[in-house]
Amino acid sequence: METLITILSGVLVSVATYLLLSRSLIRVVLGSAILSHAAHLLIMTMGGLKRGSAPILGEETESYTDALPQALILTSIVISFAVTALFLVLAFRTYRETGTDNLYALRGFKDE
Amino acid sequence: MNNILVLPMVIPVLAGILLIFLRPYIKTQRWISLGVMIANIGISIYILNRIQSEGILRLDFGGWEPPFGILFVADSFSAILVLTTSIVTAVCLLYSFSSIGKAHENMFFYSFVNFLVAGVNGSFLTGDLFNLYVCFEIMLLASYVLIALGGKKIQLKESVKYVAINVLSSWFFLIGIAYLYGTVGTLNMAHLSERIAESGQTPILTVISILFLVVFSLKSGLLLYYWLPGSYSAPPTAVAALFGALLTKVGIYAMFRVFTLIFYHEPGITHTIIGVLAGLTLIGGSIGAIAYKDLRQIVSYNVVIAVGFILVGLAVLTPEAIEGSIYYLMHDMLVKGLLFLIAGTMITLTGMTNIDYMSGLIRNYPFLGWMFFIVMLSLTGIPPFSGFIGKVLVGQGTVDAGAYILLALAFLSSIFVLYSLLRVFLNCFWGETIISEEDEIPMKKGWLIPCVLLTLATIGLGLGAESVAIYVSDAANTLLNPNIYIDAVLHD
Repeated sequence: METLITILSGVLVSVATYLLLSRSLIRVVLGSAILSHAAHLLIMTMGGLKRGSAPILGEETESYTDALPQALILTSIVISFAVTALFLVLAFRTYRETGTDNLYALRGFKDE
Repeated sequence: MNNILVLPMVIPVLAGILLIFLRPYIKTQRWISLGVMIANIGISIYILNRIQSEGILRLDFGGWEPPFGILFVADSFSAILVLTTSIVTAVCLLYSFSSIGKAHENMFFYSFVNFLVAGVNGSFLTGDLFNLYVCFEIMLLASYVLIALGGKKIQLKESVKYVAINVLSSWFFLIGIAYLYGTVGTLNMAHLSERIAESGQTPILTVISILFLVVFSLKSGLLLYYWLPGSYSAPPTAVAALFGALLTKVGIYAMFRVFTLIFYHEPGITHTIIGVLAGLTLIGGSIGAIAYKDLRQIVSYNVVIAVGFILVGLAVLTPEAIEGSIYYLMHDMLVKGLLFLIAGTMITLTGMTNIDYMSGLIRNYPFLGWMFFIVMLSLTGIPPFSGFIGKVLVGQGTVDAGAYILLALAFLSSIFVLYSLLRVFLNCFWGETIISEEDEIPMKKGWLIPCVLLTLATIGLGLGAESVAIYVSDAANTLLNPNIYIDAVLHD
């Protein structure tokens, strides 16, 4: 199971890398969102999969799954959510201001 | 009571939240945020002195014993950096009062400065790797907003790149944390260090350590600095000064912490790589600093050179070199703040960024000119000023370790720093005066006083190096003997 999920997050990383390297700004934003999915999946996998029931104390079982990675992912999801929201708005403002979403047009550093 | 440890992070957070409600009252916002920084200066001095008498302080949140809870740990290194951060931020705030403009101040500028400082201080004080990630993100989100605030074309262009590169580095950080948790099963720094020491640093852990090296190199601009000159040139002066003084230094701090506390078993691999990267950074930064005629680019590349120089100390890892790096880190935070402020003031006064079009400013603004001269000497490492002691100690460390190539690069880079800034000085301050008496924009007191304060700080740190010597040597001692840190955290 771990192997499968690791391969899946590898696929996500390659998709995200491809998107991040593309010209369109919106694709870069989408790439960054997919990148965060890959990281979250990987954190979950690294904590170990299929080790017991959901970490709720009411469940009458011998073992529970590791609760720590889930807390880490929850924190990290919120953070990446905030960053993606900001990034989207930034992309929108950049589009409005410069009239292009082509990253090649945003290259270089010129004096104003 | 160790609860005081949390104050350098909590006070700015609370102040930042409070300032959101005080949006129309700009005067109140100013005084509150300046008061917060001054309070932080006092608190960090108190913490620094308590560490001297009681050893490393730690605060377990919620009473959970480490390694189970999140904790704040303050050793001399973190406390020194918190103190320097508070000083630089207070000065940058003073500068922003008269330069940033009403539109910024109305748009939660001071809130975000407070959040930025909270993130920076949290990163310095935390003793948990994931908490470090969260504090990094607090700092970065505040910096994303500060770089884009104002919404000029250049700011938007640069902020897109800045956000993208930092999302990527945060991703690497998360991946590193995931792998480390999968391998070792803990995230508390002291506990990590102990477990890695028990098992010996296996190859997989060395790979993970290199992953962390990539993360912190991206944050601090160690070789992976290509995003830095653009991003640091875009925002308004006060913000650029904060960035130049604080942001890269947090990456450097994290690198020092991780590679002296956690991954110190394979210096042959990790520290050699750091040395190579530092050498390449010095070369690249030096080339950049003399290649451009845009004042902001020159100043930004000087940040890159300093990053390379500080990490030479980490690469050779001798007591002198580490001490030198700490001195140089303190010095660099103060002086880079000052350099950015002076450069920004010059650009505001002349309305130009290219050094070819500025000339003879010394007749119009003599005080500014001589302060720039002092900054230049200080950055180059001329004896009475603060850069000297750091450079000497790092040099001594490289000689002791036999790293002569790094020694040569480190000192050649000082010549390039001198050349790049001397070129600015000669071009902009010497020569024919082009601004006539009538057209001269009067120098505001609010621009001059912060610069004077930081100039006094660099002279003071240079002349009074003896007075901070005990703190610095204690910091270096803790960094070189991870057991002191581990004992303080895990076995009281």
